Amino acid sequence: MSVADYVFYAFATVMVVAGLFVTVSRNPVHSVLWLILAFLSASGLFVLLGAEFVAMLLIVVYVGAVAVLFLFVVMMLDIDFAELRGEMAKYMPLGLLIGVVILMQIALGIGVWVQADGAMDMRQAVAPDMAQVENAKALGLLIYDRYGFLFQLSGLILLVAMIGAILLTLRHRKDVKRQNVLQQMWRNPAVAMELKDVKPGQGL
Amino acid sequence: MTDFFSTTLGISVLVAAQSLLIIGFVMISMLFLVYGDRKIWAAVQMRRGPNVVGPWGLLQTVADALKYVLKEIVIPAGADRPVYFLAPMLSFVLAMMAWAVIPFDHGWVLANINVAILFVFAMSSLEVYGVIMGGWASNSKYPFLGSLRSAAQMISYEVSLGLIIIGIIISTGSMNFGAIVEAQKGDWGLLNWYWLPHLPMVALFFISALAETNRPPFDLPEAESELVAGFMVEYSSTPFLLFMAGEYIAIYLMCALMSLLFFGGWLSPFPFLPDGWWWMIIKMAFFFFLFAMVKAIVPRYRYDQLMRIGWKVFLPLSLGWVVIVSFLAKFELLGGFWARWAIGG
Repeated sequence: MSVADYVFYAFATVMVVAGLFVTVSRNPVHSVLWLILAFLSASGLFVLLGAEFVAMLLIVVYVGAVAVLFLFVVMMLDIDFAELRGEMAKYMPLGLLIGVVILMQIALGIGVWVQADGAMDMRQAVAPDMAQVENAKALGLLIYDRYGFLFQLSGLILLVAMIGAILLTLRHRKDVKRQNVLQQMWRNPAVAMELKDVKPGQGL
Repeated sequence: MTDFFSTTLGISVLVAAQSLLIIGFVMISMLFLVYGDRKIWAAVQMRRGPNVVGPWGLLQTVADALKYVLKEIVIPAGADRPVYFLAPMLSFVLAMMAWAVIPFDHGWVLANINVAILFVFAMSSLEVYGVIMGGWASNSKYPFLGSLRSAAQMISYEVSLGLIIIGIIISTGSMNFGAIVEAQKGDWGLLNWYWLPHLPMVALFFISALAETNRPPFDLPEAESELVAGFMVEYSSTPFLLFMAGEYIAIYLMCALMSLLFFGGWLSPFPFLPDGWWWMIIKMAFFFFLFAMVKAIVPRYRYDQLMRIGWKVFLPLSLGWVVIVSFLAKFELLGGFWARWAIGG
């Protein structure tokens, strides 16, 4: 085995163990931290595959932004997780069923991807030659040239989702004191202050 | 001997030695940066600053570090111990890791990877975990409030930092620091550097870097007037030292980024002087001086103002700049002033 193999097994083992701990750890915050470890090992695996651009994006986007929001939400939630766990047995069959269905779907997908006639040719037809192009450039060519329309479309879907989320939570509150920054900046002492000559012992 | 350094073991020894060199450089410069920070700060306030330990107080930071190491570690009773200790280590190690891709001279870099900028960006986006974990694991009010503020603040300013960096990447056509610095080389010395074509973004980058590293005037996560010391309240001794060291290393890294991205790294500002690593060091020291001056003379922001300026001012400006730069680079205006890949950068 070469060094790369050892590194692969190290990352893969860490990732599987971290994934396991995501589900079994009692504290939800610990679960998220284990999830972050799983993300980091996944990006290590991407580096081993020679896809360093995807690896860095995985860290920046998933670990640096998405998982932080996860952690944020989980830390702020006021839920008794021990109580939720007590009902685990009730939902176990349903959970197992969903797990099996997803596993079968993945198996079907990968089976077609590996076994079907012409699958290899179709994949090689779109991918630029890795020896010639850096993988950031290769990805850019695929996403922005070949699949530009689909890329824009998925961006629009995300935009709609974002607008929906904002709309659902938008409430105009009247009782909060807000500062109009521009108005604040245009104020000057002549408008904002009034000087009074107060006589001793009298007050205003 | 040359044979040995091409075997696996030899390469590992070489890499370990280079890593130690960089860690040593960063740590030693940090000792004097902290001293310099305090001296500059003191000078602005017409005080003398540290002046007792060593000549002119130069060894004050060493004495402080020793004091921290020798003190007792106090752990809050309700703390989540593993996470509590992981947090300071993480914030120190991550700040240090980003230095692996920073070049000091032509080819003087530990890991010359294609996605160097993204790597630095990834490491600085991970640094927020040290703060969140520290605040949460302390199981106390002020640290928790501090860490919540910090998470929001660091994520907000990362967005504008990333967009500014994209402008540079568009101009260069590469994410490698070596390529970015070489693209700023030219007959005009300092007029060829990226600060001129990317002028509005230099100021934005500087301010975002202040906010990203929780430096005054944006040090709201540890605002001592309201949160005592923010996420660090419950930390003492070596864990506290690690947090502080991580913070200063991150600031120094931002100085290195400023000089690499906008001010030509190791390139000499005048065409008649030779290029070299000393220019890089001088530029980094200069930007640290600016950071220290800002700390001394600018009052702290209010939290809602900080968020407003991040999302409503910096984000639209930097996003707009990416669009403008793409057009300027695409049509190669002013003889490829914004498109350095076209003139063989």
